[in-house]
Amino acid sequence: MINLDATFSALADPTRRAILARLCQGETTALDLAKPFAMSQPAISRHLAVLEQAGLIESRVEGSKRPRRLSATALDGIDEWLGMLRKALETNYDRLDRVLEALEGQ
Amino acid sequence: MSKLHLQRVGDTQAVFTRQFAASPESVYKAHMEPSLLQQWLLGPEGWSMPVCVSENKVGGQIRYEWVNEDGQGFYLTGEFTELCPFSKISQVQRMFLPDPTPDSHVETTFEPRDGGTLMTLRMNLPSKEALEEMLATGMESGMEDSYVRLETLN
Repeated sequence: MINLDATFSALADPTRRAILARLCQGETTALDLAKPFAMSQPAISRHLAVLEQAGLIESRVEGSKRPRRLSATALDGIDEWLGMLRKALETNYDRLDRVLEALEGQ
Repeated sequence: MSKLHLQRVGDTQAVFTRQFAASPESVYKAHMEPSLLQQWLLGPEGWSMPVCVSENKVGGQIRYEWVNEDGQGFYLTGEFTELCPFSKISQVQRMFLPDPTPDSHVETTFEPRDGGTLMTLRMNLPSKEALEEMLATGMESGMEDSYVRLETLN
């Protein structure tokens, strides 16, 4: 179970959302992630730490580099909720099909 | 193959689409008239909607009350913010569980498509607090509450 509070706090910041958008394109080093932002690398590193603590990104060690990538389970919380909503909506709309059939058959 | 399609739009919106084999007029009416809503807006088997208020005007009140076979229940209130017969319904609503959940904005459109109707439902995704509360409730009492979550937003 991911920590939803940490996830939403992490997503609330526009810089961190931009970092996630960049990581959607593939694994990237902190140095490359810092380039589009008018921000020091320590500042970017702090954002990366928040994202990693929230379980949204992962890092690995490769020589002197620590490339980051999106976590596979990054958005499980909201996806889990949407999955349940979808299932319940399907039940309602299947029932609505029969209501409409009766309505138009009159 | 599911007939219901779901698409996320950014972090804040979800869009559901569903094709119906009926005219936009019929699908719109089924979303507005209490006697029709009471036949389908029910969630899992075993639930009914004994009270359905749906005032057909902008600013009109919405109140849906559901009960299950054990006599347990909950309700939703809302208002229509825009009505374009038979193409669009916009509403704001909140659940009482029994405390009110934050307001949810839902826009439903109906377009003629392939001899039937393409329905598109756009909703705000719940806030962090609302989602946490709903997930916590769901873990305590299981499937029943996934239905509660549905009706918060439908």
